[in-house]
Amino acid sequence: MLSQESLQQIDREIAKYPPDQKQSAVMSALRIAQIEMGWLAKETIEFVAGYLDMPAIAAYEVASFYNMYDLQPVGRHKITVCTNLPCALSGGVHAADYVKQKLGIDFNETTPDGKFTLKEGECMGACGDAPVLLVNNHHMCSWMTTEKIDQLLADLENK
Amino acid sequence: MSARGLILAGVDGDRTWRLQDYIGRGGYSALKKIIAEKIPAETIIAELKASSLRGRGGAGFPTGLKWSFMPRSFPGAKYLACNSDEGEPGTFKDRDILRYNPHSVIEGMTIAAYAMGCERGYNYIHGEIFEIYERFEEALAEAREAGLLGQKILGSDFSFELFAHHGYGAYICGEETALLESIEGKKGQPRFKPPFPASYGLYGKPTTINNTETFASVPFIVNMGGENFLNLGKPNNGGTKLFSISGHVNRPGNYEIGMGTPFAELLEMAGGMRGGRKLKAVIPGGSSSPVLPATVMMDCTMDYDSIAKAGSMLGSGAVIVMDETTCMVKALERLSYFYFEESCGQCTPCREGTGWLYRVVHRIENGLGRRDDLDLLNSVTGNIMGRTICALGDAASMPVQSFIKHFGSEFEYHIENKKCLVPPEVQHQGSQIYVSP
Ligand SMILES: Cc1cc2nc3c(=O)[nH]c(=O)nc-3n(C[C@H](O)[C@H](O)[C@H](O)COP(=O)(O)O)c2cc1C
Ligand code: SF4
Ligand code: FES
Repeated sequence: MLSQESLQQIDREIAKYPPDQKQSAVMSALRIAQIEMGWLAKETIEFVAGYLDMPAIAAYEVASFYNMYDLQPVGRHKITVCTNLPCALSGGVHAADYVKQKLGIDFNETTPDGKFTLKEGECMGACGDAPVLLVNNHHMCSWMTTEKIDQLLADLENK
Repeated sequence: MSARGLILAGVDGDRTWRLQDYIGRGGYSALKKIIAEKIPAETIIAELKASSLRGRGGAGFPTGLKWSFMPRSFPGAKYLACNSDEGEPGTFKDRDILRYNPHSVIEGMTIAAYAMGCERGYNYIHGEIFEIYERFEEALAEAREAGLLGQKILGSDFSFELFAHHGYGAYICGEETALLESIEGKKGQPRFKPPFPASYGLYGKPTTINNTETFASVPFIVNMGGENFLNLGKPNNGGTKLFSISGHVNRPGNYEIGMGTPFAELLEMAGGMRGGRKLKAVIPGGSSSPVLPATVMMDCTMDYDSIAKAGSMLGSGAVIVMDETTCMVKALERLSYFYFEESCGQCTPCREGTGWLYRVVHRIENGLGRRDDLDLLNSVTGNIMGRTICALGDAASMPVQSFIKHFGSEFEYHIENKKCLVPPEVQHQGSQIYVSP
């Protein structure tokens, strides 16, 4: 189900833990699976659980507990804007409103062309860089003025 | 020296995080000295106690004392965990330590492992800073390659394996036992204590958990001696500390200064108030710590004891600055939403209580508040505090209590007049997108 490359990455994660604690690699394994598949379908989670010799329900619990896992399909680019108080004091909410207006969608929606999904985020531990947003979970963008948001969306549009 | 700090002294942004740069700044000399001179574990722990280093993760527990709880002679595996799950709103210091000086954390953890006899450790890194997790893995590879980590470190009998583990979006995993559950590949739900991690921790084995900044301070303490470190701060509040300043200042960012520095000085370092506006309130130690009005805060020094005396907590050292354009009801509403969203749901008082707190503050903010809502809020917090498995319940309650205590009239105005004391245009103007020049 997952590519050879993803499985090799998962194997490297498993090696970080004691031999009888393969389950410890589940968070990484789900992350790796999500990157390859775009989101975590039930079958994907079951596959990961099987690969780690853990019950499927336990892997499903993990996938649903941590909010960076997507249990529903998302657009090609998921944008998560932090609106927590420290960011909000430096324009986090304004930045989120600007992205909403540009994309014509609200939080938890996807553009009709399937390119963008927008999420509201909690503190990302980067409040000094407000406004802050994440692209596809892993790429953090700091000091997002409206000009930088324009630039980012234009770049992502073509990716 | 204290003004320039220790952990971030001499670092130059993203350019100087690699092993050779750290060694150039004197890095790994503490570990080398310990191994060459076979310094006994007790001596290291005694130095830590003398330094008066207190945990930088929020609770401020004395680190030397915590390390002495580990059953050093316990046969079998013992573990070390570093808490880099920084997600307490306002806190962004561990991210800078990890991206600008990751080897200070690796060296600190290795010394800790030596002092407590741990064979293996994990650094648990907040999922949202994934790029920094990747950098930390690179730093680990550099240290292994150089014989500073892994089997038979620097040719001695001492071995320590260290790995990075990432979170994936759950504030509660910053709580130390939730963090252990998460490393075990489970939902991050806190455990009942006791047993404490020093006796039953990761995989049921003795484990010590410290914050990133705590570990990063250790090599400096070993090098300069506990007493010199202590003298950078003030008695019972040793050393320097990173303060993350966010909100309505001209230059938000991290400032590493001696403990006991007046708040007024710190505010000046951060460029003073944005647009020359008036300071209204400060949350001095991360979103969970009680808010303090401007006049009280201006008299505080930045250390555990002074902030505690003023009725709040130094916590993680995250200083959220709010000026006169801030609506306190709206500010609290956002924080209450956060705790409601992040409660792990295990204990009824927290799961239900955080929902109540959010809904009631939300209705006050939206002009639907009722006359007895403030009493209701206070009674809900009373029912949460002290009745939960972990401290998130208290963390959700303290902001509510303190906002009402110090800014109660603003809440009453909202309830009476169905609108805010601070006109919406003023609020809007005050919290525009701001990037320091
Ligand atoms: C809800 C909650 C969140 C926490 N988040 C963090 C965190 O992000 N980082 C941290 O170091 N400690 C956090 N803590 C405190 C840890 O439980 C623990 O006390 C700390 O990591 C110990 O390290 P220290 O003694 O070096 O401070 C949190 C505690 C609670 C109750
Ligand atoms: S207090 Fe809240 S977050 Fe902590 S264990 Fe209970 S329900 Fe979970
Ligand atoms: S509040 Fe946005 S990153 Fe902390």
